Formats: sequence, structure tokens, C-alpha cells
Amino acid sequence: MKARVFVTLKNGVLDPQGKAIHHALEGLGFGGVNDVRAGKLIELDLADGTSDSDIEEMCRKLLANTVIENFKIERAA
Amino acid sequence: MQAAVIVFPGSNCDRDLAVAIRDVTGKAPAMVWHRESELPAGTDLIAIPGGFSYGDYLRSGAMAARSPIMKAVVEAAGKGVPVLGICNGFQVLTETGLLPGALMRNAGLHFVCRTVGLKVENSQSIFTARYQSGEQIGIPVAHHDGNFQADAETLDRLEGDGRVAFRYTEQVNGSARDIAGVLNAQGNVLGMMPHPERVIENAHGSTDGRRLFEGLLEAVA
Repeated sequence: MKARVFVTLKNGVLDPQGKAIHHALEGLGFGGVNDVRAGKLIELDLADGTSDSDIEEMCRKLLANTVIENFKIERAA
Repeated sequence: MQAAVIVFPGSNCDRDLAVAIRDVTGKAPAMVWHRESELPAGTDLIAIPGGFSYGDYLRSGAMAARSPIMKAVVEAAGKGVPVLGICNGFQVLTETGLLPGALMRNAGLHFVCRTVGLKVENSQSIFTARYQSGEQIGIPVAHHDGNFQADAETLDRLEGDGRVAFRYTEQVNGSARDIAGVLNAQGNVLGMMPHPERVIENAHGSTDGRRLFEGLLEAVA
């Protein structure tokens, strides 16, 4: 069983890496990019029967720093 | 004084910190490996050094904060044992929740490595008692993730409660309100990005960091 955890910066938290990527895209001539936010994707290969609350606990305890980051869990079917 | 320096895989300022503590206090600290689950009996100062624990994987300090020894550190901090976290040590302390906020990538994206100006904001703490309030000192920084951020309410509380220990006097890394070092509510935990252990003897070109350790010695002894 697989799950994907998306870790993203909360709204309002300055994202210097996203800004740098934005500048680089503009430098390559890609106009029309309004904003870029960078995050992380963490793929988990889990034992069958791992509950949603177990995964949420993993996120809260380690995978995301909830002071500055949000997380979203997506289970593979 | 029986200090303990916590050592993680990837710590690289542990020896400098141990030398500074030994030089000022006259006693070598215990070097405690991250896999230990207990601190040496009688530990009355815990020092968490700079470096790149666990290669900064996931987030700076994130893995170190979940290592076995940190449970003992959090417990000791709760009992009032002084805890000093420098640079990566500061990142570890925010990740454990002993200190508020988070240390993010420097706003300018560059690794910053130079001596910076600091203003001592609070000289009432056990860490800063040998400084004058408002005094300006110079302490080296060397970090990529020193951009201290917290929500406005937390920042207001830190300022209102005198928990900002040091503030940069120049633009360094984009930290909210130029905060360079913060205290916990009880005042026994300090995290700071600058490295006081690098300026403790004349051969370093400055001794501006020495009084931090002298103050601790006086407070603990």
C-alpha cells in the first residue's frame, strides 16, 4: 500500500527557493508565471492496514514542521 | 560545572564548543552521542553544537530532534537545566519544540559566513548576564538556514516577554525582526545562530563570545 505526502509551505511563509525558481523561469523566457512555491513529495510504502491517523501522526511528528508547513496525504488506490 | 555536548552524525562544531566550555569552566564537558538515551549524572549544562546533523535531511535539525538523546534533553530542560543551542543546535531546539518558530533557508539563498553585529537585547538571562543590555558585539555566523520565522503573535509575545536575547544589527538572513537568538519562556533554553564559541580567546581576534560561557558558569556553579 502506498501513500504520497505533499509538504508545502503555509500561505504567507516566505519561500526563497520558490522565488529563485521563479526568477530562473523568467530568465529562460517563460513569461506569465505569477508565482512559484516549492514543496516536497514523500512517498511511503506502507504495511497493509496502516490507518489514516497513523500517517497523519507521521506527518505531524516528523514529515512536516507544522509551524511553517502544511501536509496533504494522498493514498494510492 | 558538568556540561554535556551532544554529538550527532554531521555535527562539526562539537569540538570547538567543548574547547570553549573547557577553557572557560576549567572542566571538559562529556561528549554525548545521539544514540544515548541518558545524560551523564549531574549534567548541569547541555550544549548542542553547530554542524549539519544528518546532512540536513528533510529539514535542518529535523532528524536530530527525534534522536534518542533529545528525549533526555527535553526532560532535563523541563527540570530547568540550561540548554544552549548554537546554529544547527538552534535548529534542533526549534524542531523539538523547546523553542518557538522555525529556521528557514536564508532569504538571499546564500550561505552566510562572516562576523556580524549583534545587539544584546536582554541581559537578564543566565546566558547574557555578563553583557550589558543594548551592548553591541560581533559574533561570527556560518549558516544556510538561519532565517528565523514565526507568526506575528508569537513574535510579539517573544518581544513582550523579553525573550529576544540577540538581534542582528545588519541584514544577515532575512530573520523576522532581525532576531538572532531566542529564549524559552522559563529562560533556561537559548537558541542562537551566531557562534560565540568561535570568539573566546585573543587568538580568535575577539573575545565577544566568552562572556556567554562565563555567565553560564557563574549561574550554574
